[in-house]
Amino acid sequence: MDPVVVENLLQRILTGVLVGSIYGLLCTGLGMIFGVIRVINFAQGEFMMLGMYATMLIGTILAAIFGLGPALGAYLAIVVAALMLAALGWSLQRYVISHVSGSRVVGSENEGHFAQLILTLGLSLVLSNMALIVFGSSPRTVQSSLASTSWTVGPFTDGSITVFVNQARAIGCVAAIIVSITLYLFVQKTRAGTSMRAAADNPTAATIVGIDVEAAYARAFAIGTAATALAGGLIAMYYPVHPYIGVEFVIIMYAGVVLGGMGSMLGAFWGGFAMGLIQQLSTYFLPFPLQNATIFILFLVVVLLRPQGFFGRSVERT
Amino acid sequence: MLTSPFKGSTFSMIVVVSLLMGAAGFLIKDPYYQLILSTIPIWATVALTWNLFSGYTGLISFGHATFFGLGAFTVALLAIKFGISPWYGLAAATFVGGFASILIGAITFRLRGHYFALAMLAYPLLFIFVFDWMGWQELTFPVRRDEPIRFMQFADSRVHTLIGVILMSAILLLTLLVERSRFGLAMLSIKQNELAAEAAGINTFRIKMIGFIASGALGALVGGFHAVVLQVVTPHGVLGTVVSAQALILTLFGGVGTLWGPVIGAVVLIPLTEGLRAQLGHILPGIQGVIYGLTIMLVMLLAPEGLYWKIRDLLAKRQKRLLNTDAKLTHEPRSGALVMAARAPVATEHSDILLKVSGLSKSFGGLKAVQNVSFDVRRGEILGIIGPNGAGKTTLFNVLNGFQKSSSGSAELEGRSTLGLRPNALCQLGMGRTFQVARPFQRMSVLNNVVVGALSQSRDGADALAMAHAALVIVGLDGKADAMVSGLTNLDLRLLELARALASKPQLLLLDETLAGLGSVEVEEILQVIQRLPAAGVTVVIIEHTMQAMTRLADRFVVLDHGQVIAEGLPSTVMSDPAVIRAYLGKKWMEMHAAA
Repeated sequence: MDPVVVENLLQRILTGVLVGSIYGLLCTGLGMIFGVIRVINFAQGEFMMLGMYATMLIGTILAAIFGLGPALGAYLAIVVAALMLAALGWSLQRYVISHVSGSRVVGSENEGHFAQLILTLGLSLVLSNMALIVFGSSPRTVQSSLASTSWTVGPFTDGSITVFVNQARAIGCVAAIIVSITLYLFVQKTRAGTSMRAAADNPTAATIVGIDVEAAYARAFAIGTAATALAGGLIAMYYPVHPYIGVEFVIIMYAGVVLGGMGSMLGAFWGGFAMGLIQQLSTYFLPFPLQNATIFILFLVVVLLRPQGFFGRSVERT
Repeated sequence: MLTSPFKGSTFSMIVVVSLLMGAAGFLIKDPYYQLILSTIPIWATVALTWNLFSGYTGLISFGHATFFGLGAFTVALLAIKFGISPWYGLAAATFVGGFASILIGAITFRLRGHYFALAMLAYPLLFIFVFDWMGWQELTFPVRRDEPIRFMQFADSRVHTLIGVILMSAILLLTLLVERSRFGLAMLSIKQNELAAEAAGINTFRIKMIGFIASGALGALVGGFHAVVLQVVTPHGVLGTVVSAQALILTLFGGVGTLWGPVIGAVVLIPLTEGLRAQLGHILPGIQGVIYGLTIMLVMLLAPEGLYWKIRDLLAKRQKRLLNTDAKLTHEPRSGALVMAARAPVATEHSDILLKVSGLSKSFGGLKAVQNVSFDVRRGEILGIIGPNGAGKTTLFNVLNGFQKSSSGSAELEGRSTLGLRPNALCQLGMGRTFQVARPFQRMSVLNNVVVGALSQSRDGADALAMAHAALVIVGLDGKADAMVSGLTNLDLRLLELARALASKPQLLLLDETLAGLGSVEVEEILQVIQRLPAAGVTVVIIEHTMQAMTRLADRFVVLDHGQVIAEGLPSTVMSDPAVIRAYLGKKWMEMHAAA
C-alpha cells in the first residue's frame, strides 16, 4: 500500500479512537438518564453545551485568580462545571421531570412520555436561548494552546509514516476513559449504584423492597448530566462552542446509546466510541456532506436489525 | 364511536371554526396580522397530520419533517426544473409523501416505543445531507407574473390564508371520520395495547401502515403548500428537526390524540411565537425562545395531557354543577340468552380433531422451552394444559397463536397449517386467546374493548356492536358495558378478556391462566362461564398450574414439564401418573413416600 494512504488511515483511526472515547463518556451520561429513568431527554445536548461554556468561563476566572495557565485552569473548571451541572440535573429531576415520570404517571396514557418530551424540548429551548442571550451567537473557544499542539509518533518505516497525537484530544481521551470506568464501577459495585439498577429494571418491585426510587432517579439524572457536561468540557478544549451546538450532538448521542443498547452502560460507551470512530473514518472515504449521513445510515441499519443494540437485551412478555 | 361524522356538535364546531378563521383571514388586511393568520392554519395542519398517525396509534414519530420536506422539495423541483404548476405539484407531493411512508413504514414498524421514535429522527436528517450534496441548498420558485393563478403567486396574500384554512378544515373532517370509524377504534386499540389488539384479530401492521400513509401523504401536501407560500425551500428549513418538533409541540400542547388538540396548540402558540419575535426579538435575541420554552414547560406541568383535556375537565365540572341530577347511567340487564352462533365448522375428514400439534419445538438460544410437543385438540372439548412453572406452557401458546416463531414442528387448525401466520390472521381463522397478565385497553369502555375483538369478523359498526353485546352477555358483563376498564375488579378483567376473545366468534380459544390470582368464589364464577363454552360451539384449551379447579373443568389433560409432554389423558389417569407427581412434587417427595 501507498505509505501516504496508510499514514492517512492511521491518523484517522487514531483520532477516531481519541474522539470516540470522549463521545463514549458523552453517551454514558445520556445512557444513564435514558436507561434508568426511561425518559427521552432532548436537553442532553444543552447539558453538554453548558459544560462547554462553563469550562470556558470558569477556566478563565480560575486562571486569572490563581495565576494558572489557561489549560490547567480549564481542566480544573471542567470538574467545577460537572459538579454544578450535577446539581442542576438533580434539581431538574426532583422538581420538574418527576412530575411526569416514575410512579406519578403509572397507568396514565403512554406513561407520561408525551409530557416528558415537551418538558425536555422546552428545557432545551430555554437553555440554548439563555446561552444565546448570555454568550452571543458567535462560536467561542477555550484559549489554550493544547488544541493546536501535537505529540509526534514515528516516523516509522524508513521515515515515510508519521502520525500526530493532538494533545487536547489525547488528554480528553484519557480523562474520559478514567471517568467512564469510575462510573461503571460505581454503578456495578456500590449500594447506590445497585439501587439505581434496580430502579431502572423494575421501579415497582424496587419500591417494594425498600429502594427510594425517586432518589435513585435523581441520582441517575445528576450523574448523567454531569458526565455529559464533563465530556462537553473535554470537547471544548479542541472544538468551538456556540449556543446551538447541542442539536448537533444530541443526535449522535442517541445514535450511540441506541447502538450500544438501552440500559447498558458499557453499551453506551462503546456506542459513543463507535460514533467517534465512524465519524473520523467517513472523512476519509466520503465527500463532505455525506459524512454525517453515514452515522444515521449506520444507526438505522443497526436499530432495524438489532433493536436491542449490541449490549442490550430484549424484553417483551406476553 | 362508530357514528356518522357529518352530524353532531363536533361537525358543527369544525364548520364554525373554519368559517371564523376564513372570515378573519379575509377581513383583516394588516400585513402583520395577515402573516400570523396565514401561518396558523398551515402549522395546525402539519400538527393534525402528525396527530393522525402518532396521536391515534401512540407511536411517536420524531421524523414528520421527512414528509413535510419531501412535499416541499417535490413542488419546488417540479416548478423549477420542469415549469410544472404547483397545483399539479401538490398532487405529486401527496403521492411522493404516501410512497415514502410505505417505504419508511415497511422497515421501521418493526420497532416500538422509544426505538421507533428515535429511528424516525434519522430519516429527515439523511435527506438534508443528500439534498445538500445534490446542490439544492436553496431553491427559489421562478417568478411567473404572466400566470399568477396557475403558479399560485397571488397578488393578494389572503388567498393563501383561505387555501390554508380549507386544507385545515379538510383534515379536521378526515380526523373526525377516522375517530368515528372502526378504523379509528382499531388505531386506539393499538395505542393502548398492541399485542392485545393483534391477538384480538386486528391486523396491526395494516392499520398502522394505512394511518402512516395518510399522515405522510397529507404531511407532504401541507409541506408543498408551505413551500408555495414562502416561494423558497432550503433543506434545513423544511427537513430540520425544528419542523418535527413543532408538529409534536403544537399537538402535545393542545392534546394528543384529540381532534382539537393540534388546532388549539397552533392557535395559542403560533401568535405567541410571532408576537414574542416581533416585540422582543430585536431587543434581546433569544428571549423569545426562553419565554416560549418556559411557557410550554409550565403548561405541561399543569396539564400533562394537553390543554384540550384541561378545558374539557373545567367545562365538565361546570356542567356537573348545573345538572347535578341523573349523573349515573342506568343499565337494564339484558336477558342472558345464550346464543353464540360460532362459525359453522368446515366439514373435513379431520372434523373431530380441531387442532393437531405435532413435533413442535421452540428454543431460545440454548434454552429448549418447548421440545417436540405433540397433541390433538378435539372439537367441543375443554383441554387442560398443566405443568409446573417454567414448563413452557405460555411459550407453547405464543407459538400456537403466532406471537413467536416455532423452531420446528407443525400445527394444523382443521387441517390447515397455522405456523408462520400472524396472530390477527389466526384470530380470523378462528383461534382466539387471552393473556396471563390481563391486557385490556385501559382507556376504553368495557363495550369498546369487546367491540375491538369483533372488528375483524363484523360487516359494519352495527354488526360489531351486536357481536360485542352477545359476547358480553355470555360472560355476564353486559351490565357493565359502559364502565371504564380502569375501575374493574380482577375478575371482571378476566371476564372482559374472555368476552373480547369470544367476540370474534372463535372456534378455538386459548386461555392463558385465566384463573390466576382469583379467590375461590371468583374461580367458581369464571369456571361456570368456561364450562358453557363448548355448548356454544367454542373449543377451549386452558393453561393452569394449579390442579384443583382444573380437574373439574377439563375433559382431558396434557402435562408439560421442561418443555416436554410427560403425560396425556383423562384427569384421573394423569393425576395418578408417577411422572406427573414427580414433576409437581419433586423426586425427593416421591422417594420419601415410596419408602414410607
